[in-house]
Amino acid sequence: MNGLAILIPIALGMGLFGLAAFFWALKSGQFDDCEGAAARILIDDEGDRLP
Amino acid sequence: MKAPARQLADGAAETVLIVPSMHCAGCMAKVESGLSAVPGVNAARVNLTARQVVVRHAPGMRPLALVEALGAIGFPAQPRGDDIAPPPSAAKALLAPLAVAGFAAMNVMLLSVSIWSGAEGATRELFHWLSALIGVPAILYAGRVFFASAWTVLKHGRTNMDVPISIGVILATTLSLYEVFTGGADAWFDGTLMLLLFLLAGRTLDAAMRDKARAGVDALLRQAAPGALVVGRSGAVDWLAARDLFPGMIMRVAAGERLAADGEIAAGSSRFDNSLLTGEAAPVAAGPGDAVHAGTLNLEAPVDVRVTAAGQGTTLAEIARLMGAAGQARSRYVRIADRASRLYAPAVHTLAALTFAGWMLAGAGLHQSLVIAIAVLIITCPCALGLAVPVAQVVACGALMRSGIMVKDGSALERLAKVDRALLDKTGSLTMGRPLPDPAVLDSLDAEEAGVALALASHSRHPLSRALVEALTTRQVAAQDLTEVHEEAGHGLTALWRGVPVALRRPNMAAGMAATLDIGGRATWLIPFADRLRPDAVEALAELSALGITASILSGDNAAAVAETARSLGLTAQAAASPADKQDAIARLQRSGRNVLMVGDGLNDGPALAAADASIAPGGASDVGRQAADCVFLGDSLLAIPRVVRASRRTTAVVRQNFVLAIGYNVLAVPLAMAGRVTPLIAAAAMSISSVIVIANSLRLASAAKGADQ
Repeated sequence: MNGLAILIPIALGMGLFGLAAFFWALKSGQFDDCEGAAARILIDDEGDRLP
Repeated sequence: MKAPARQLADGAAETVLIVPSMHCAGCMAKVESGLSAVPGVNAARVNLTARQVVVRHAPGMRPLALVEALGAIGFPAQPRGDDIAPPPSAAKALLAPLAVAGFAAMNVMLLSVSIWSGAEGATRELFHWLSALIGVPAILYAGRVFFASAWTVLKHGRTNMDVPISIGVILATTLSLYEVFTGGADAWFDGTLMLLLFLLAGRTLDAAMRDKARAGVDALLRQAAPGALVVGRSGAVDWLAARDLFPGMIMRVAAGERLAADGEIAAGSSRFDNSLLTGEAAPVAAGPGDAVHAGTLNLEAPVDVRVTAAGQGTTLAEIARLMGAAGQARSRYVRIADRASRLYAPAVHTLAALTFAGWMLAGAGLHQSLVIAIAVLIITCPCALGLAVPVAQVVACGALMRSGIMVKDGSALERLAKVDRALLDKTGSLTMGRPLPDPAVLDSLDAEEAGVALALASHSRHPLSRALVEALTTRQVAAQDLTEVHEEAGHGLTALWRGVPVALRRPNMAAGMAATLDIGGRATWLIPFADRLRPDAVEALAELSALGITASILSGDNAAAVAETARSLGLTAQAAASPADKQDAIARLQRSGRNVLMVGDGLNDGPALAAADASIAPGGASDVGRQAADCVFLGDSLLAIPRVVRASRRTTAVVRQNFVLAIGYNVLAVPLAMAGRVTPLIAAAAMSISSVIVIANSLRLASAAKGADQ
């Protein structure tokens, strides 16, 4: 039963960490342009910019 | 130009440009790298969802320079004014409550599962306290959405779905807290949080759908943000938004552009297409001194127009006034979900009260009676009901959007399903609303002649040339190589083809619209242009009547032109209708108990589109038409109309099934709850199963936009 005292805070902490990460993502505008974010990985921006 | 550039703290300025033609990663890369290459620009970042690009640049830079730079790489752009800034997203405000509810529901459910599987004594109490610690703040935060809405309607003495939800949630939380303090056996935090999670998911879907459709319509609207190139005293030319135009200014209107204000022609002469304004299809010639109206399309040659009225004084403003008065049918409409909750909420509360009274009479204690009554409230809380409508409508709207039909909100789908009478505008709705070359003549051109015509026409932005390019490209004509191409505004194009002079020009005697194709040494072709019926117009009308919808024409064009279209389609028609006449015609039908669908595109259709029970506009419609209509279809085919009606009827059928499923589950669960046999475990299981069933049933609508056999 003593394990619970460690496991429950860990589980809650991980959950809270995920929640905080989501809030941070929401606040920093990562959900502003979902369509553009999906398309952006297709941009070949290394082709002519290599040194 | 009124500079829309915003000064930033670090000395740089920021301009937002609207670029409607971006649609893929390639466009994003071109726009961003093209703008970054302009001297003075620090950074450019595209937002593809909003079809706009944010440019950070040196403070002295003019936005017109950025627009020109984008124009040079093939992307027409406009600086964004404040009035066309995108409205705040409705879904984003719900994301944070949804995330909190999800986090809390998962963690509390974890603790609850331990309790259900046999945790006893001190462990159970510890878990209950932990659940309360996570659950109560989460319920308060995530439930605000419902509490606020319920409070607003209660203040006005009405009720909606949020009232029974709020009462259930608050009572269940209070009871659970009491149980925790007194060391009781059952706490209901898990069920309450799950309820909030499901309901918020439904809300978020509903809002996301509205956001998406609105973004699509806004992108269309921005393509034609009204404004004009204004010639200053010194001869400098600058782009001004329509609201900044004043009487006395000179606008330079190129062929193929729409006028942004009423005025009289100061120099040049051309022909104007009034169809968006009056519904009249035949173009009107105008020379120096003649009056021309905002919203008309300049067809032939560039002209300078002296503004005589702008803003409030224009024909446009008159139409806007009429539209303000319309739209009552729509504001009176009550959504299905709200109608259901009007019946549902009193029924649920009566049941809970009866249960409480029954157990008190039967001799159970106050505490036990209260626990059972609250179990009834939680079991009947409209979890599946809350999902029944939005999930079905989101799935149907998504399917329609993929097939090029944008529905503005869920209530539009509900109103469309009830339609039994359709009124169609002629010019631009039944017809394409733009001049198209005669297909018989194009068929008789040989491959070389067609190739020369395509090559010549592709050098001009004249409406007739563009129509010719479009028609020849769909016939897969290969363009011939030309040299020394020269365009003379108002007359036509000349060039050399294999050393032979060729020309595409305006015929000398102009009866109707036409172009002549001259190829040295060969016979001259006359290509007549006319507004034509949309493809599939006949099939679309046949499908509408198969759906039990009577259609007729309601047009502002003259009687002769309307009669011809009406005859070829076999419809009855009312011609020469003013915007007010159209509104009257709809009001008459509504008084006789019909639900009217209006299909129209023009400014003159705006009041009618707003007054009808439901309305559809083609993608090429005027701004007013697109804004007033419930849905907008892209592409040329009129089959979109029967398709959207069919999809809306199927959606309504699925919504009804969902209600039956959700209420059916209540019929099974409520007797158990009233008998005091429901534990938190049963409540959680029943709630999730009924929600999953409702969602699965709604997903069947993914094919809602398919053809007639569905």
